[in-house]
Amino acid sequence: MKAQDKQIGAPMNRVDGHLKVTGAAKYSAEYELPNIAYAVLVGSTIARGRITSIDAKAAEKAPGVLAVISHFNSPKVPGFDTAGKDPSQPATAGGPIKIFKDDKIRFNDQPIAVVVADSWERARFAARLVKAQYAPEKHKTNLEASASEAFLPTAAKKNPKHPMNDYQRGQADAYKTGAIKLESEYVIPTEVHHPMELQAITAHWEAPDRLTIYDKTQGTMATRRDFAREWNLPEENVKVIATFVGGAFGNALHSWPHESAAIIAAKVVNRPVKLMLTREQMFTMVGYRPYTWQKLGMSATPDGKITAITHESIGQTSTYEEFTESTLAQTRMMYQSPNVTTRYRLAALDIGSPIWMRGPGEATGAFALESAMDEMAFMLNLDPLEFRLRNYTDKDPENGKPWSTKFLKECYQLGAERVGWNKRQLKPGSLRDGEWLIGYGMGVGTFGAHRGAATVGAQLLPDGTVLLQCATTDIGPGTGTAMTQIAADALGIDPKRIRFELGNSSFPKAGTQGGSSTVNSVGPATQEACLALKDKLRTLAGAGNAAFASAKKEDVTLADGYLTLSSNAAAKVSYADLIKQGGDKAVTVEAKPGGEGQKYSMYSFSVHFAEVRVHELTGEVRVSKLVSCADAGTIINEKTAGNQMKGGAVGGIGMALMEAAHIDDRFGRYVTKDFADYHVPVHADSPDVQVAFVNQPDPHVNALGTKGIGEIATIGVAPAIANAVFNATGKRVRELPITPDKLI
Amino acid sequence: MAMNPEHDAPAGHDEARRTFLKQSSLLTALAFVPAPVVDAAAANLDEKVAGAIEKVPLKLEVNGKKYKLAVEPRTTLLDLLREELNLTGTKKGCDYGQCGACTVHVDGQRVNSCLSFAVMHDGRKVTTIEGLADGDKLHPMQEAFVKHDGFQCGYCTPGQIMSAVACVREGHAGSDAEIREYMSGNICRCGAYSNIVAAIQEVKNGGQKV
Repeated sequence: MKAQDKQIGAPMNRVDGHLKVTGAAKYSAEYELPNIAYAVLVGSTIARGRITSIDAKAAEKAPGVLAVISHFNSPKVPGFDTAGKDPSQPATAGGPIKIFKDDKIRFNDQPIAVVVADSWERARFAARLVKAQYAPEKHKTNLEASASEAFLPTAAKKNPKHPMNDYQRGQADAYKTGAIKLESEYVIPTEVHHPMELQAITAHWEAPDRLTIYDKTQGTMATRRDFAREWNLPEENVKVIATFVGGAFGNALHSWPHESAAIIAAKVVNRPVKLMLTREQMFTMVGYRPYTWQKLGMSATPDGKITAITHESIGQTSTYEEFTESTLAQTRMMYQSPNVTTRYRLAALDIGSPIWMRGPGEATGAFALESAMDEMAFMLNLDPLEFRLRNYTDKDPENGKPWSTKFLKECYQLGAERVGWNKRQLKPGSLRDGEWLIGYGMGVGTFGAHRGAATVGAQLLPDGTVLLQCATTDIGPGTGTAMTQIAADALGIDPKRIRFELGNSSFPKAGTQGGSSTVNSVGPATQEACLALKDKLRTLAGAGNAAFASAKKEDVTLADGYLTLSSNAAAKVSYADLIKQGGDKAVTVEAKPGGEGQKYSMYSFSVHFAEVRVHELTGEVRVSKLVSCADAGTIINEKTAGNQMKGGAVGGIGMALMEAAHIDDRFGRYVTKDFADYHVPVHADSPDVQVAFVNQPDPHVNALGTKGIGEIATIGVAPAIANAVFNATGKRVRELPITPDKLI
Repeated sequence: MAMNPEHDAPAGHDEARRTFLKQSSLLTALAFVPAPVVDAAAANLDEKVAGAIEKVPLKLEVNGKKYKLAVEPRTTLLDLLREELNLTGTKKGCDYGQCGACTVHVDGQRVNSCLSFAVMHDGRKVTTIEGLADGDKLHPMQEAFVKHDGFQCGYCTPGQIMSAVACVREGHAGSDAEIREYMSGNICRCGAYSNIVAAIQEVKNGGQKV
């Protein structure tokens, strides 16, 4: 490969593709350890109250059972008693459940015991023999019933500058006095992440004070910190391995009770313990997108200028942790409105804690905002795209800062052409194909271009290949592949000669893979580490070669077993000579954001265009076309980035048309418990999603110009579909999902 | 559990049968004893005896290797593959036959391995994702999945590929719509469906032997 053949932007195949298609990729329940034992959780059958007794005799005597652990006999977890230090994120107030510590039940199916046996079959059987008695208390699991008790998050109460505080620009609730106004309520139900890999952990105490866990996590460092704190261990005594993560979509951003349970169990039986949740348990104890009520008021002038928006929301959280998300963020910055009011509230219910689900609060908020934009455009008899253009902002109206980059208009144009927006009629129900009504809709998404500190280690190995390491994870976007491409360009070598290792807390540190921030953060660290490695090698070579001693690091190329200089074709030092020469050929480099965020508002943008076909008799909705366009800065790999966009769009189809977890409030327990009653999109639900990127670098987020893709791929999809359904049928559905019963 | 397919598993067919007969006699005798005594005796049965009585002989050919095993009747084919044969390429995604992550071929037919007990497949040939490639040479469907990026996290991928191969063999890959219908038992939560369909189309249209 020639150095000038740039890898960044190329549609390179995934570096771990071979492992994934041959079944060789190992996920957290697939490590072979000697003498492994199997753990199965027993969940509570009440939503609130106390455990009065647990009869574990039959379970303990069942064949193969090694232990039955509950709060009656659990060993003390030292970190559980450390007051004020909650070993988890993202609690803004409260703290996660301390499993098997006391008799208190905070949600239905809360783990009350763990059964450990020498096989899955025996552990599962014995778990059914554990009988508990309870003193139940009255529970609350319905958000609407608790709406009157909704409260401002504690973090906002404590800090007037906290973003969860009420926001006001211009006059409060000014829409109420507008000449043309709307006021609509929107509801999104609880949605569950449901990655295909069930949450799993293999816990192994390698010594009484040394713990290794193979875990489904989006952040090896965060998980290490959490469990080091739980067991009062130095962080270096805890190792977290997450080489492959079978999807997560946010649900592995938090440390959960089953992880603590497996670690306790491994301590008790003094063997490695494997624990994998059931699909039913995935509903109850590893987070979800919270059920959220929203009200949006908007006023506009007859010529289509928004004059005021008020957006309120109440999201559910648990009784023990205050979970917050940025539901109202997009409303404050997306459109040019002189008056904007937002109010965010929480309702604490007797359910497990929520956790950010892909495009977290923004996707929830965008459903209300982008639906209301469509409603207002209809009231004004304006094309919804034209209405958005009339309220386009060239600087951030929330804080007056310039955008770092914003190519949303370009996205509008790309998407409108591809979906055939010119076919759209203003009057709903105008287009049909036999019994199928056809409609078009659009929805806009945005998410902060977040960047954090990250460190990457790079070393030249004796065989002339380069090994890079970082603790970051890859839950599916192709992190290792993107980093290999970035490294290939920085080093000037064939990507096949680079190996990027990740998913291990022992590697140089990185943040959690969440909030579309991985490439923004780890990308520059990879780039800088590679440049630093080249410079180090140049210095080593320079000891015996004057040309290298005076060369610039940018001129150094690693190719075909030699270090060469692009500025001096004659200069050449072989790796063999460099290796012989001795000396350290490794660097570890940290890259951090500077003060860019102070000067610029940095966001990724997306727009989604949907064409739907709605059967006029059955109310069946088919998404026949979906076009997603993004301004996500530089695209490192068109193939994997495109795939990520398509996946977000498919997630949006689920949000719009099928996903809803239902609780029977009488018992406070989910009645949806598997894929037969909680529907997610399957092949037949997904059209051939088309993706287009503006692919313009953002010079302010980082030197690579990336802004992030994961969230904007989903944010705005659900309202695009809901708006298309309105355009097809004239029916405005403000409570997701849009199931046939709402259309007939 | 012995990993070497050339050797019998620790509790081989005959041994398990002998133990079962011995144990049956014990149970027959216990049947004439008052219930509380039986309960006590049952509860205190030696674990090894209980383990043996729970196991049933099973002959299985997996990826061309012949196994003689002794398994619990309640062990699913999926758990046998993953936990006892260490063939973890076959994935557990729901245990209810709803997601397709556990798809394998049994005598050439695609099945959800979580929905069938291992003992139901006595004498049959099972192919898992680990047995699809020809040594180091990937199966055309595996190649096509890599080329078209027919996955993200990779967890549903083995099931998708096993299902995709069967889909083509069955003659159910005639169009995008037909592929989508006949692949709908395999959920990809990352949403790589478009790319999976493209991969299947390529293999179907490439005319290679699948």
